[in-house]
Amino acid sequence: MTTPTLADLSTVACLFFIFLTPLAAAGLALINAGLGRSHSAAHILMASLTTLSVAALVYFAFGFGWEGFTGGPFHAFTLSGKQWNWIAAEPFFFRKLAADGSPAYLSALLQVFCVGLAAMIPLGSGADRWRLRASCLSTAILAAWTYPLFAHWVWGGGWLAQLGANYGLGRGFLDVGGAGTIQVLGGLTALSITWILGPRRGKYSADGMAPAIPGHNAVLVLFGCMLALLGWLGLNCAGTILFAGGEPAGSALIAMNTILAGAAAALTAAFITNVRFGKPDASLTANGWVAGLVASSAACAFVVPAEAVVIGSVAGAVVTFCIEWLELKLEVDDPGGAVSVHAIGGLWGLLAAGLFARFPSMDAASHSVSNSAGAPGQWLAQVIGVATLVGFVLPLTYGLNWLLNRIYPYRVSIEGERQGLDLHELGAGAYPEFITHTEDFLPR
Amino acid sequence: MRFVGFLLMLSGWLLVLAAVVLLGSAGARGAFVFAGVAVEALGLVLVFRSHLIPREDKR
Repeated sequence: MTTPTLADLSTVACLFFIFLTPLAAAGLALINAGLGRSHSAAHILMASLTTLSVAALVYFAFGFGWEGFTGGPFHAFTLSGKQWNWIAAEPFFFRKLAADGSPAYLSALLQVFCVGLAAMIPLGSGADRWRLRASCLSTAILAAWTYPLFAHWVWGGGWLAQLGANYGLGRGFLDVGGAGTIQVLGGLTALSITWILGPRRGKYSADGMAPAIPGHNAVLVLFGCMLALLGWLGLNCAGTILFAGGEPAGSALIAMNTILAGAAAALTAAFITNVRFGKPDASLTANGWVAGLVASSAACAFVVPAEAVVIGSVAGAVVTFCIEWLELKLEVDDPGGAVSVHAIGGLWGLLAAGLFARFPSMDAASHSVSNSAGAPGQWLAQVIGVATLVGFVLPLTYGLNWLLNRIYPYRVSIEGERQGLDLHELGAGAYPEFITHTEDFLPR
Repeated sequence: MRFVGFLLMLSGWLLVLAAVVLLGSAGARGAFVFAGVAVEALGLVLVFRSHLIPREDKR
């Protein structure tokens, strides 16, 4: 089994794109902090930092051993004469992984950031009530087991990636930028966390009302969106080079599709909220923007810009209604909108890849996808990937977090929730110059 | 209801896998994959319903 190599230019370009990726995490942290309440703002940024740290260390210790890289050792079984590669067999602690700039090492580097990004997504859903230590424990589960397992299936040469070779389903499950592997997985974990934690106190009243608890800082949210764009450009470009064999020159198309999808989604969300409420809603527009970026990740290298606009527009529209539907009809209290933005936006992106993706193009002389053709069965491969996320990953992540919650309760005490997580868990607020009202500390 | 919902979701996924492994023709495979997805959707509805907050617990 030979290890694939990258040309020098590809290596340098890939490293540059990987170094942009942490900006997606920075943007997401700011968005989550801004959409939460002021008395938990420092807590959510602290949780973002600890989540990134735990994710990186646990992935280094165990995660990569189970995720691996295409061409590396793996465990497989045979069904009806076809090999089902289900988990990698790399040694733990990056042993036997040469730091030589090979695709395997670059992939491990990218994954250290990606797993942190996936683990940060649920922080927005658990805002104002999720204990810091509990979020670290949940992150450890995600980084050690849930994420590496699914990422191996998609990016490590696993059975989803081989659906094309084994069963003639297009090119196998397509997800170059992590719409499913990072975003949907993180979004489904966020859904599990909201179910386990329950809603914030005062969110749903006995008379059937669900009063809005607005975010405390729209500036943080909107600036976070701009930072996230840079991170997504890195994520989509690096993912295409490492997992789809793309050339650096193809990154121009990927960047164009990424920004167009985000822009179309943001404007669609702004238009819809303007029509419905009389004014564009900043937080929903920001959520639309991120949903567009999320949806672009699946097939950014294999669609033309006009299709990226369609993908983004649908993502922006769907997210606008989905956030309201989840909150009011299904009683999912998700302050950061993580379930709608990352899970629903990502699922749409994956399905859109089945509808729009055309091959091959990235290594063609023209770097154009306009004259290439779709692969038969690609849509079915995408549906199978979506079914795996909903039918396997969601029960798995819910079950693991439910068990952990039984051992170490996730939710902060009633007193802590009244006080705010900054004071209760960190001992100091994010905005100490603010006037603190004494009634915040009195039982109601 | 929650347990049954998650069980249905897993069952739907296994139906999808079975369709991929056992069926050869594109039409039959597609039909059974969608049947599996429908079973998953049913499970998801049950799980969502099981997490609705009882009126007496709303505060």
